[in-house]
Amino acid sequence: MRRYILKRLAQAIAVLWAAYTLSFILLSVLPGDAIRNRINAPDSLMTPQQAQTLLEYYGSNRPLIEQYVRDLWGLFTGDLGYSITNGGRVWGLLTLNLPATAKLAGLGLVIGLVFAVIVALLINYAKFGWLKDVFSFLPALSTSVPIFVIGIIVLNVFAFDLHWIPPVDNHTFTALIAPAATVGLVVSGPLAQVLSNSIRLTRSQPFVHVMHAKGAGEGYIFRKDILRNSLLPILTLLGLTIGELLAGAVVTESVYARAGLGQLIVTSVNTQDLPVVQGIVLLTTAIYVTVNFITDIVYPFIDPRIALDEKTTRAARTRRLAAAEGLGGDLVEAADLFEKRAPVEVARS
Amino acid sequence: MTLTNESAPGSVDGTGGEHLLVVENLNVAYKVHRRLRPTLHDISFSIAPGEVIALVGESGSGKTTTGHAILGLLPENGQVTGGRITFRDQVLTELSPKGWRSLRGRAVSLIPQDPTVSLDPLRRVGEQVEDTLSLHSNLDAAQRRRQVHELFETVGFRDVELRYRQYPHELSGGMKQRVLIASAIAGEPDLIIADEPTSGLDATVQKQVLDLIDDLRRRNRTAVVLVTHDLGVAADRADRIGVMEHGRLVEVGTPEQIFDSPQHPYTRRLVGAVPSRSAVPVRDVAAVGRREPVITVTDLHKSYGGTDAVAGTSFEVHRGETFSIVGESGSGKSTTARVLVGLTEATSGSVSVLGKDITRLDRRGYRPLRQDIQIVYQNPYSSFDPRFDVFDVVEEPLRAFQPPQLPWKRKKANRDRIVAALEAAALPPSFADRHPAELSGGQRQRVAIARALVVEPKILVLDEPISALDVSVAAQILQLLENLQRERGLTYVFISHDLAVVRAISDHVAVMQNGRIVEQGAVDDVFSRPSSPYTQKLLAAIAGRKLVHL
Amino acid sequence: MTAIADTTDLVDAASERPAPADDGTSRVVSGLVWLSRHWSLVPAVGIVAIILLWAIVPGLFTSQDPLAIVPTARFLHPSSAHWFGTDQLGHDEYARIVYGARPSLTGSALAVAIGVVVGSLIGAVSGWFGRWVDALIMRAIDVVLSIPGFLFAIVIVVVLGFGIIQAAVAVGLTSSATFARLIRGEVLKAKASNYVEAAVTSGTSSLAILRRHVLPNSIAPTLSLITLQFGVAIMWIASLSFLGLGAQPPQPEWGRLVTDGRNYIATASWLTLWPAVVIVVAVLATNHISHFVSNRSSSR
Repeated sequence: MRRYILKRLAQAIAVLWAAYTLSFILLSVLPGDAIRNRINAPDSLMTPQQAQTLLEYYGSNRPLIEQYVRDLWGLFTGDLGYSITNGGRVWGLLTLNLPATAKLAGLGLVIGLVFAVIVALLINYAKFGWLKDVFSFLPALSTSVPIFVIGIIVLNVFAFDLHWIPPVDNHTFTALIAPAATVGLVVSGPLAQVLSNSIRLTRSQPFVHVMHAKGAGEGYIFRKDILRNSLLPILTLLGLTIGELLAGAVVTESVYARAGLGQLIVTSVNTQDLPVVQGIVLLTTAIYVTVNFITDIVYPFIDPRIALDEKTTRAARTRRLAAAEGLGGDLVEAADLFEKRAPVEVARS
Repeated sequence: MTLTNESAPGSVDGTGGEHLLVVENLNVAYKVHRRLRPTLHDISFSIAPGEVIALVGESGSGKTTTGHAILGLLPENGQVTGGRITFRDQVLTELSPKGWRSLRGRAVSLIPQDPTVSLDPLRRVGEQVEDTLSLHSNLDAAQRRRQVHELFETVGFRDVELRYRQYPHELSGGMKQRVLIASAIAGEPDLIIADEPTSGLDATVQKQVLDLIDDLRRRNRTAVVLVTHDLGVAADRADRIGVMEHGRLVEVGTPEQIFDSPQHPYTRRLVGAVPSRSAVPVRDVAAVGRREPVITVTDLHKSYGGTDAVAGTSFEVHRGETFSIVGESGSGKSTTARVLVGLTEATSGSVSVLGKDITRLDRRGYRPLRQDIQIVYQNPYSSFDPRFDVFDVVEEPLRAFQPPQLPWKRKKANRDRIVAALEAAALPPSFADRHPAELSGGQRQRVAIARALVVEPKILVLDEPISALDVSVAAQILQLLENLQRERGLTYVFISHDLAVVRAISDHVAVMQNGRIVEQGAVDDVFSRPSSPYTQKLLAAIAGRKLVHL
Repeated sequence: MTAIADTTDLVDAASERPAPADDGTSRVVSGLVWLSRHWSLVPAVGIVAIILLWAIVPGLFTSQDPLAIVPTARFLHPSSAHWFGTDQLGHDEYARIVYGARPSLTGSALAVAIGVVVGSLIGAVSGWFGRWVDALIMRAIDVVLSIPGFLFAIVIVVVLGFGIIQAAVAVGLTSSATFARLIRGEVLKAKASNYVEAAVTSGTSSLAILRRHVLPNSIAPTLSLITLQFGVAIMWIASLSFLGLGAQPPQPEWGRLVTDGRNYIATASWLTLWPAVVIVVAVLATNHISHFVSNRSSSR
């Protein structure tokens, strides 16, 4: 057990390091960095001496490799460098803006999950055919509407027309509901798709047939078999969903004019404030990696086939990866790929 | 179309009088694209308490559908369109969903067909047996657990508490089937539907499971509907056999009636197709003689990650003979075949094919030999590129040894040889332009044989070539192989788990267990005077021994 | 042929039987039957066709100039003269949407093309060579995928600069990781398949196996992802434009149109509504086609 956790931990740290390296490479290939741009700007009133001080302050007059090692070291000590536009510590900016986004994403996740569960259940268990059809259409619809469109519509209807919610963020819970529902709605589509497919798939398994043959009703079978079996793929999707929520927060915060990491990255991109952009990317990656790490730890407790002892871990990992194969990248694709993998109905003779 | 009254199976009753289950003129249809497609036609039979009736038939005959109709568990698009099923004094076909639920598991239960997928992978097996008790009894948790322990003892488990706590993936296929049997008898049912309960299990395990079912039904006077494709199993285990074809029950009778004086033409054909009852002549080993060896294997070892799949086998295959390697799953027979055809390298030992030492050859080095040695797989369909039609499939080995040329020129030049190969496999030339998806299983296997024949090889490795086929189709394929061997002097290496088939077609046989050959020799010697205890055990496990008169 | 047809089991009767070879008239009939089962494909294909035509020959659909400023015609409600109304500068909104199709679609097409080409190459190399090449590439892809896709696209936009082409490249590179993974999986699946093994035993050389079996069979399953990714690319490029990182004014791009209209949403809601509707409909249509393609390929 301890070795399993340590190994997962090492892997998580390795991914973080690689993500850092990747972002460093990407951002250092920029033609002319932002500081020099600022110094060389025509309206710049800096003296060459001031410019030199500025360059030294940010350390960008050093060789790239030295910058890389220094920043990497800083990473361990919580030092992500300084913002170019306002000179503040990036770490401070992140911690200042994280809570708002965390609240938004957290409530968004809850709303998305609740919505996905309801829709998936209705698709699979609704009594009337037409009702099933209507609900089957919902996930597809929600994955086809860009998040900013949903945001604008919700804002317009509920804030301006109905006056149910405040049009700007006044730090109340009511002001949080609409943006959270917006991101929640967007992530609920793929979740509902995956969940409803996995429920359908589980229900077509021979062991469910055997349960029927024991005289069990739908409710009993759902509690005993369907629930756990169909939640497994959702667990695998969780890390991806969190990442998607954070990305969704970028657009949502822009629509609702809320402070948060999303607003911060948009401003930073527009002002070419690279250390901040890099800091946000690293933070979200860290969150994603952490969620996946936790999932890895929790998984064996839910699926006994994933044994914790070292000998079988590799096989187990492979199996889990195989189960999640193709679930990378965008959630929308993930949902579709998951469905495509679903074997055709199990023949029974 | 329907059966005449005299032969109406419903009137035949093994024990007379008392009926447990009566099926009368049962009709079932499946809704396909909003249209009802009739599947079962006027099925009528009855079962007395403690009786075993076997429903036999090939795939598509409707035997499984009949079993599921009795349980009220037709697939969602299936429905009973006529007739009725009466269990004791209850008319099942009129039951409410609630009525069905109280009946299933308590009065009628199911032993499913594939134990590996019939248990929830995320729950302890004990809990899954307990389901039946929670649903149908008022026992408290402790009592239920004790009851499950007793059931596990009944089905032959020793360490019952350990078993209770285990998960399905920790059990072998045979053990899983025991768990499912325990679950099926937990409610002390009067009738068990056993739906192909042993397909996919090794012969020795199959025997144990069938013995267990036999034992239980004798003890509790439980009636059993045994759905099976295996006539041998039916002959051994059933009091009466119902033969199904295309959704009709064409004949019902005792095993003796069915096998010794089959009435219906289909029954006759089915019985005639059983290997070693079919018209394959007893082979004259002396005539084949000891000609020059074409394959020589000496002390072959093949290990995967430290475990030996093949651990020191030696044998010789001679020109023109059929050499069979028989064994259960994991015996190393398929690995041996893979080494022979150069799909995997031997770890140690030496293998020579047609005088060429192939032991150290990689795939590239082996290539020239492939004009002389070809392989036919168990599942022909999966061995065809889904994008290829029959022409492309059969052309592949030819093309492999031809210099690149323009597609239309090549196709034109190769057409004659492909047609000849198809005809050799008893397929009309017109099949060249069809896609394998349009063909039946038997036809696909013929295409695979045509592909192997097109380069006119000297040796064919046949890896379980008929085990995925229905019995009558399998008999035709065997006949075809027999003819080809006679006409072309082919040498066969036949890999199989089915002793009855091996007995029917081989000259020499090697019995493998755990990577070793435990016994080999002329087929008559091995089968009539087996020297190793394992061979004896295998022979004892052959279903339908009385049927095939081994 | 065989005396007893070993047809598929009747329990499995829901699956379609192979259709026998048809003569002329029954082919028409079966075509109609097929259409009646997949009727929803007709509007989807129709919508995609119209949008494609907008992008190729916008002049056919509107005589208005999308960039013409008409001070007298500001904020006109939708009418027969201006189907989708006019904006704050008097631009005809319908014309802007029609002309906006070209940047939106070329952007998406470019994004998908980059994703497919880069991804397939990486994936095919990874899957075919296996061993350490595979391990290395796959670890790298894990890293890329651990950065939320949209944020990764933003980072690339930062590197490349703002604009529709840059946004398209960013979206394309981001999606290439997914394509690479899919293609690699398919290559591995094909490599392990029985038909490749049968090709080996048939004597086919490994290069011919790669060309004849592995590549064609690995590419087919990506078709549905390609169509799906097209919809995703439309959305992402629109979102980037919405944040001001994609198309720059006055270029009429769909996401940009929504952003522009947003300032007047209280008084001229059509400026937001119509481009938004067009985006949603376009994405829905491509997703639907993708669904159809994926169902078809998995039923084979």
